[in-house]
Amino acid sequence: MNALTGHLSELGHGVVTTVELTVVTTIAALLIGIIVAILRITPVPMLRGIGLVYVEVLQNLPLLALLVLFVFALPQIGITFPLFTSAAIVIACYEGAYMAEAIRAGINTVAVGQAEAARAIGLTFSQSLRHVILPQALRAVIQPIGNICIALLMNTSLAAAVGVVELTQAANNVNLVEAQPIEVFTGAGIAYMLMALIIGFTTGRLERKLAIVR
Amino acid sequence: MVAVRQLNKWFGDHHVLKDVDLEVAAGEVVVVVGPSGSGKSTLCRCLNRLEVAGQGSIDIDGRPLPAEGRELARLRADVGMVFQSFNLFGHRTVLENVMLGPTKVRRMSKSEARAEALALLDRVGIRDKADNYPAELSGGQQQRAAIARALAMHPKVMLFDEPTSALDPEMVNEVLDVMVSLAAEGMTMIVVTHEMGFARRAADRVIFMDDGRIVETGTPDEFFSAPRTERARDFLSKILPH
Repeated sequence: MNALTGHLSELGHGVVTTVELTVVTTIAALLIGIIVAILRITPVPMLRGIGLVYVEVLQNLPLLALLVLFVFALPQIGITFPLFTSAAIVIACYEGAYMAEAIRAGINTVAVGQAEAARAIGLTFSQSLRHVILPQALRAVIQPIGNICIALLMNTSLAAAVGVVELTQAANNVNLVEAQPIEVFTGAGIAYMLMALIIGFTTGRLERKLAIVR
Repeated sequence: MVAVRQLNKWFGDHHVLKDVDLEVAAGEVVVVVGPSGSGKSTLCRCLNRLEVAGQGSIDIDGRPLPAEGRELARLRADVGMVFQSFNLFGHRTVLENVMLGPTKVRRMSKSEARAEALALLDRVGIRDKADNYPAELSGGQQQRAAIARALAMHPKVMLFDEPTSALDPEMVNEVLDVMVSLAAEGMTMIVVTHEMGFARRAADRVIFMDDGRIVETGTPDEFFSAPRTERARDFLSKILPH
């Protein structure tokens, strides 16, 4: 246990960074997901095309490759961000593609009649989305969105590869000093598991609370 | 109030509306009847552009129906629509359903919209269901809520697309009663229905459609007692009780 208790502050910082990265990217990914899902269902063919290309490109590349590309290729053309920011941008964009697909599936569960009734009382396309379609679509996919959040939490460990000292990197650093991989990584694993359980618990509660009476 | 000229509509190769001409005066109640697939629902849905006609023109209150966009949204606000499947917004209470249009489209204040919505719900007899969700209501109550939602926009015309077809028989009358009272108050109404009793009681004019055409038009008395065309006679003989 000494390997863990002797490095609580380093590991604690790692946990804080992981939580920060998860929270920031979840919010951003949700917003990106909503925007891209809307692009994919607009009546405008070009916008639909942009949404499709976004999803296909980001879903079909490994996150690690995207991270490395972003962090090492952009400085070549003079664009640099702090490492945390870079990792957050890439993870948000990547998970945003998954969010978009989940939200689009939710939009498809909303009966056509709902959109027709919304238009029939004079709501514009964006008003129908905001007041009628999205509230019902998002409620339908709270669980899948929760799953994406958990996957996102796990994926934040890849930020270690581009120098962000989050929990996995912190554990790695501690292990370099202590050479107790089983203890150190079991401890880190338990921390990840607790965070994932919190996400799962929250989505479960949200789902029950917001369920539409049918 | 509503002027339809030479309306044609195709679903792929299927020609669903053929040269439809229809004039509806302000305050007039027109009932559209006809066999399934005759194009009556499609005609109704074309009038607020939920379906886009292939050819022909539609004027509402003297103005041509605009193409997609804000103009169309504004026009739709003036044309109330009641659907066969109610289509109440499932995530909102009955009261919120009725208030949504007035607050978001008409920019009415919440308190004003609320007072008016409650009055409308009272009028259709479901004031006590204001805070319930649509799924907690019977079909007849849901359809009355949907009528209140449409009325909240102060429409110039009301379109009813088979409003009682999805209802259990014992709930049909509670909806028809609301519609009859609307008609009596002078609302311009276009009603697609299989309820011949309603046509007799409330219609100024009955239109009989078959195979995408308006085959016959006349007062309810003329139409039901002395239909002029063979197809109308055939249709009536199949649906009227013996």
